[in-house]
Amino acid sequence: MDRRQFLRSFASSLAATGAASLAGCHGARTPLPPGELLGASLDLGHRLRDPRFPPPGETRQVPVVIVGAGVGGLAAGWKLAKSGFAEFLLVELEREAGGNSRAGSNTVCAYPWGAHYLPLPTREATAVRELLAELEVLQGDPRAVKPIYDERYLCATPQERLFRDGRWQEGILPQVGVGPVERRQYQYFADLMAAFRRRWDGLGRRAFALPMALSSDSPDLLALDRISMHDWLLAQGLDSPHLHWYVDYACRDDYGTGSAAVSAWAGIHYFACRDGEAQNAGSETVLTAPEGNAWLTRGMLRSISARAGDRLLGDAVAFRVAVPDCASPGHKIEVDLWLPGEGRTLRLLAEQLIWAAPLFLVPHVFVGHEALKEAARDYSYAPWLVANLTLSGVPDHRPGAPLAWDNVLYGSTGLGYVVATHQRMRLWSGATVLTYYRAFDDRSPQQGRNALQDTPREVWAEQILAELERPHPEIRKLTTRLDVFRNGHAMARPVPGLIWGAARQRFAVDGERLRFAHADVSGFSLFEEAQYRGVLAAERTLRRLGVRFASSLA
Amino acid sequence: MLGLSTVKNEMKHALLFSVFIVASCGLAYELIAGALASYLLGDSVTQFSTVIGTYLFAMGIGSWLSRYVERHLVARFIQVELMVGVLGGFSAAALFFVFAWSPAPFKLALYLVVAGIGVLVGLEIPLIMRILKRDLVFKDLVSQVLTFDYLGALAVSILFPVLLVPHLGLMRSGLLFGLLNVIVALWAWGLFREQLQNFAWLRVQGGIAMLVLVVAFAAAGELTSLAEAHLYADEIVHAENTPYQRIVVTRWKDDLRLHLNNNLQFSSRDEYRYHEALVHPGLSTLPAARQVLVLGGGDGLALREILKYPQIESVTLVDLDPAMTRLFATAPPLRKLNQDALLSPKVRVVNADALQWLEDNDDLFDFVVVDFPDPSNFAIGKLYSSAFYRLLNKHLTGEALAVIQSTSPLYARQSFWCVVTTLESVGLVTTPYHALVPSFGEWGFVLAGRRAYKAPTSYAVDTRFLTAETTPALFLFPKDMARVGAEVNRLNSQVLVRYFEREWRQVIR
Repeated sequence: MDRRQFLRSFASSLAATGAASLAGCHGARTPLPPGELLGASLDLGHRLRDPRFPPPGETRQVPVVIVGAGVGGLAAGWKLAKSGFAEFLLVELEREAGGNSRAGSNTVCAYPWGAHYLPLPTREATAVRELLAELEVLQGDPRAVKPIYDERYLCATPQERLFRDGRWQEGILPQVGVGPVERRQYQYFADLMAAFRRRWDGLGRRAFALPMALSSDSPDLLALDRISMHDWLLAQGLDSPHLHWYVDYACRDDYGTGSAAVSAWAGIHYFACRDGEAQNAGSETVLTAPEGNAWLTRGMLRSISARAGDRLLGDAVAFRVAVPDCASPGHKIEVDLWLPGEGRTLRLLAEQLIWAAPLFLVPHVFVGHEALKEAARDYSYAPWLVANLTLSGVPDHRPGAPLAWDNVLYGSTGLGYVVATHQRMRLWSGATVLTYYRAFDDRSPQQGRNALQDTPREVWAEQILAELERPHPEIRKLTTRLDVFRNGHAMARPVPGLIWGAARQRFAVDGERLRFAHADVSGFSLFEEAQYRGVLAAERTLRRLGVRFASSLA
Repeated sequence: MLGLSTVKNEMKHALLFSVFIVASCGLAYELIAGALASYLLGDSVTQFSTVIGTYLFAMGIGSWLSRYVERHLVARFIQVELMVGVLGGFSAAALFFVFAWSPAPFKLALYLVVAGIGVLVGLEIPLIMRILKRDLVFKDLVSQVLTFDYLGALAVSILFPVLLVPHLGLMRSGLLFGLLNVIVALWAWGLFREQLQNFAWLRVQGGIAMLVLVVAFAAAGELTSLAEAHLYADEIVHAENTPYQRIVVTRWKDDLRLHLNNNLQFSSRDEYRYHEALVHPGLSTLPAARQVLVLGGGDGLALREILKYPQIESVTLVDLDPAMTRLFATAPPLRKLNQDALLSPKVRVVNADALQWLEDNDDLFDFVVVDFPDPSNFAIGKLYSSAFYRLLNKHLTGEALAVIQSTSPLYARQSFWCVVTTLESVGLVTTPYHALVPSFGEWGFVLAGRRAYKAPTSYAVDTRFLTAETTPALFLFPKDMARVGAEVNRLNSQVLVRYFEREWRQVIR
């Protein structure tokens, strides 16, 4: 911080304190707001480490079993149901489907517990476009270069802002007080990303496609998966501290992992894959809703129920999966489920299995398949924390840009917050819900998980309020409730070597009776990836079963 | 000898301590003026830098002037302290009042006050140094005085943002430091009372200054609201804070005015021009209209015009703030103004968010009046978006018309035409027009429907402003208000708010 910046932030904080005191506020400490500590079912999940469950009391025949009802599992079910195939069961550990796209709601508003936006789909994301068209959010031809989107889902202006040196600016890339040398680097970085975005190989594949499976495998691109994003930037002569913060922020936000640990291929993919356009919005606009991405998972679940009836078995722990090596009618796949609600074990006998749960569970659940287990152990997972703060009113307007959908604090441990009521059209912006996100890239994933397991809600609440107090001194008074959601294994970390390494590719192959359908199969946690893997697994399964269908991926 | 040197020692320490206090006060006034100017005028960097510059320069003048004080050093010092105490102590309160009275001379007053305090504070330290000179060698004098000077500054610079401003506010902080200056003066009087036989009146002055400051400190809360009363030039007949806004009604002679959050909503002298222009060009062409919807307009003035048409069966008025509709349904002068429109059996008042109400209901209307505040921020900008007009369209019958107040086509030309473009983008046929409302200026409206509109050739109802002969002129746009290109105001672009901000900034400047 140079002298000028110091003076500016000093002066503006003085002015703000002055304004606050004139408005009659006093700085007395308020007690922490009430709330709950929630999380991916920790106890149930951890029982899988040493599974001792009673033997099955009931056996049921189900032609196709899908384990996991997150985006991947739901997408697989959606494709099966759309193709007129209803003989499947979606098994989910949690009570509710949705995985990382789940949401909650209270009297104020719905709010996300995880993923909260979808960029405008790329041209190659055909299955995403098909889903959006079915949900009537994409209007007209789903394959149009520039489709029209329902404006209620297009993120309203202002989309993003950044708090730095006591002031809010529009956009997340730091602008105020950034000198010409750094600005030239911004431009150079933008040019490099634009060049990657426009690059196609001889086989007509984009350098960085979304879904990533359609990307070019040109050796110079794959080489990017062997170094970190941070080192790649330096190798390009990009050393601007503000640019590095921005790229690191993007990596933490999308991968739960900083740019020093993320592979350059994954880091560049974030900036170079998104080229979706809309007739009625700029290309940087995202699709969002108060409940985050839950409208997408709920939409798929609705579509499944409408076509195939209730196919979801929630609150069911798949603790043992035995897939016989050779396909013979006498040897069915065994999926043993512990139903904690009923206190009993159920065995499913299946022809085909789609594993749509995170891959780190594979070693704990599968019988045999040592090579797969070995490959699964190559993955590492990022821990993640989400907090929803219910506020009695929107925070006061501070100097600079007004409240946006996504609000980021420069140089902060947290990733900022999104405003759940942002998409609402209201005269009066009364109570609201802020969804706060935090990655744990400041420590090892295991240390992060330990912190998530051991830290009481009050400590998180205090940390979060202290952090948000910087831009919003009145936040403690406004917050009426603060719920914390922890996820120890939120997403696979695309560290160098994961995406184009052998371990991941093991899960991408089409098995005779077993397929994997999870974002982990792509190596990073994006809605488009999970949905692609789900639809792909469903189509491969239908092909094995000899069911005719129109592909969503061609 | 021993006794005398103890007294001298005590005096020396007391004076050094007063340097600490005096320095604290000096910095405090500077910070208060800077913070107040940033708060009232914005642009904190400019305000702080010019206030500090003026202050330091004035201190230089004060230091230079100190050479002309030749005799009675202690008495002059006490006088300076009392003057600083009163001037500095009341600086925040006085500046607040000046701003409330009229923002124009505020800057002048600000720099005069800052310069005045600066000159006086500039006198303080040289005088103290000269008083102490008798007891200290030069190098100790400079070192000790300046040490306490800077320590005082440090103390206040930390206390000011952490304790004083959050807990006392600017007005009370100023008064508190004024009191400290006066206490230093009285203390000095006590220390040097033998030398000050001829200056007993100083003590009286000190007492008075102290009393005035203490009383002001106690009454600072009332002072703040008094200052606000002067933000409005006229007599306040009603003032109320609701969860949604601050409602203030003022009267000057026969002119009643409504202000919401300090923005003028109407003046009873010419509101008929606005409301006649808002309602009649549309509604008088709809003899079959039965159901009418008014969004906003809790003052009942648009209702008054609508109820002139006997064929209207029901009017639904959706206004967020129950306090508004209650006030205009109960206060006699306001009821007289809207002719008891809010009490009409045909009128249904719904206190709800208009947007939510439109989303939750599917009633259809023959005529809709959209009378929202101007699109001055992103939240209100949503009410002028294509998404909103799509929603509005769902509530129109086939023959219906909606009229939208659309800011000034003269002062905010592109904003006005942006509203027109946005209405057209959702497939509505538009007819823009304008009328002169002296308290607002040249004002714009847009009629929108699914069919072409034909202006009325006569008015069946009583009007004060509109006539059949002058009506065609409403639809003619002179060259300086003629159509200009504008983008569609979408939720994900909000171009209207940007146009509006740019255009009105140029007008106000």
